[in-house]
Amino acid sequence: MEFDVEGWYKKVNQGDVVLSHAGSISTKAITMILDDIEQALFERSEKSKLKKKIYNVVVEALQNLYHHTDNASKKVIDVFGEKFATFVLKKESENTYVFYSGNFIYEKNIKLLRDRINQINYLTVEELKILYKLILNNNEFSDKGGGGLGLVDIAKRTGCKFEYSFNSYTENCYFFCLKVTISV
Amino acid sequence: MENLSLQGSPKTPTVKMDTEKGVIEIKGRSIPENSIDFYRPIVEWLDGYAQSPAEITEVNIQLEYFNTSSSKCILDVFKKLETVYKKNGEKGVSINWFYEEDDEDMLEAGEDYQSILKIPFKMVELEE
Repeated sequence: MEFDVEGWYKKVNQGDVVLSHAGSISTKAITMILDDIEQALFERSEKSKLKKKIYNVVVEALQNLYHHTDNASKKVIDVFGEKFATFVLKKESENTYVFYSGNFIYEKNIKLLRDRINQINYLTVEELKILYKLILNNNEFSDKGGGGLGLVDIAKRTGCKFEYSFNSYTENCYFFCLKVTISV
Repeated sequence: MENLSLQGSPKTPTVKMDTEKGVIEIKGRSIPENSIDFYRPIVEWLDGYAQSPAEITEVNIQLEYFNTSSSKCILDVFKKLETVYKKNGEKGVSINWFYEEDDEDMLEAGEDYQSILKIPFKMVELEE
């Protein structure tokens, strides 16, 4: 059975939502989203430290979506359009926000991502700081221009354990859901 | 050798690199999707500058935010400055890393660079 993307999005897009998005993820869209988020957080008068943490996490998460969302199958493109990705940023409680993201991924790319997330979840913040420095200084860039640091950076800044799932959509194509908790 | 000046944008910092004065400044936000393209002219400029640098090079880095792909490019910038440092000696390069008083993550980022490089950093706290 194919995963109910719209149902998932509706479910997470409830509560004290700061900003949500379901559509193509482009550099232009990211610029506008970041502007909107900054404005919304300013209006909420959150602590500067929390605002910075949220902004940093959102920057990395959106750029991960931009670089790593697979166009997957024809069906996905027909239903959702190209480079489709979703996210929801909402306040969960005092000083705590959550960021949900969802994007399509080829089945063949799942193992690498799952292993990376499991590795990150297994490490303490101190160990993540060491890993971050190792990757920072490895002189490697991916063919997509990323440095392989995005998820490590998010985990290091937030200290949260990623909650995630890979949900079958069509043959060879999955919908990847990620939840990040940001608090101070 | 000509100076390099890049105007800032919502995703890229203001860059001023003055050959004669030996002053290098990177200020603002560095969160472009493709950081390599943005930093290429900066790294190339430093390649040329390192051939005959000013007697004293002052570097001011004042970033509000930077993304992880920029972090690697910024390390490349520092590595070029390290060659100037090796050439001109201890007083030849001074790096000022600015951070806002409550921004521990930015302070830590500066300390990360300092621990990787053989070049002294001065951490400068800014009041909000």
